[in-house]
Amino acid sequence: MKYLLVLPFALLASPAVAQSTSPADLLAQYSAEAGAEASAERGKELFMANHTGGKPDTPSCTTCHTADPKAAGQARTGKPIEPLAPSANPERFTDLKFVEKWFGRNCNSVLGRDCTAAEKADVLAWLASL
Amino acid sequence: MNFTPLLAIAAFALSGAALADEMEYMPPVTHAATQEECSACHMAYPAGFLPPQSWAVMMTTLEDHFGENATLDEATRADIEAYLVANAGRDRSKAGAAPLRISELPWFRKEHEEEVSKRQFEEAKSWANCNACHKQAERGIFEDD
Repeated sequence: MKYLLVLPFALLASPAVAQSTSPADLLAQYSAEAGAEASAERGKELFMANHTGGKPDTPSCTTCHTADPKAAGQARTGKPIEPLAPSANPERFTDLKFVEKWFGRNCNSVLGRDCTAAEKADVLAWLASL
Repeated sequence: MNFTPLLAIAAFALSGAALADEMEYMPPVTHAATQEECSACHMAYPAGFLPPQSWAVMMTTLEDHFGENATLDEATRADIEAYLVANAGRDRSKAGAAPLRISELPWFRKEHEEEVSKRQFEEAKSWANCNACHKQAERGIFEDD
């Protein structure tokens, strides 16, 4: 019965349509894939740093997400971006397909390559710690 | 006889509405995947704003979409391309050209130059942000607000 009540809200909740994972599950999954324990400190460094391998308009995660993941960001188009930290936005890291799509796009925009499982684990560990 | 003023008002209102529709309306996106994916970073622009060859190029260069990677899985990408091409606008460009930036099209520049103050633009941040000024843009209505 509880599920019947929750379902309509889950469907309305954009962009995550289906709850396929959680920050904790995803962190475990990426860490296992990396074969190493995640480091929130390394994740913060990667997130905050300016990189040179990617596209010139997006040198850092912070270009759009700002240096405060608990606050809203803004795309280069002017459109607001919901906060990344799960504590500020419970929808984050709950839809595996969505997470993979955006890691795929944004790592390539910022770094010019896919992120490794270890890097994803690190960034997620940091975001989940906030 | 009693109806005449009412009819006149109605006719005036209708012609006004028709004129506004003609000038400021572009049918909004009605395709679910296009609406979902193309509204992630900006509103899903109506297909009619670009000719078919533009959408074909746009949807095959998503790895560098105006300076960002906007790649999609192949099934979704092809689905969206088919919708945009099928619903594209008339080709007003020079032969062979495939303009990509709606904001650089002659009609767009003409409509916006001298209309948008510096402050308005700073608030919108980008020409991509139609909704900043056109509050009903998502519904295809681009009247001046």
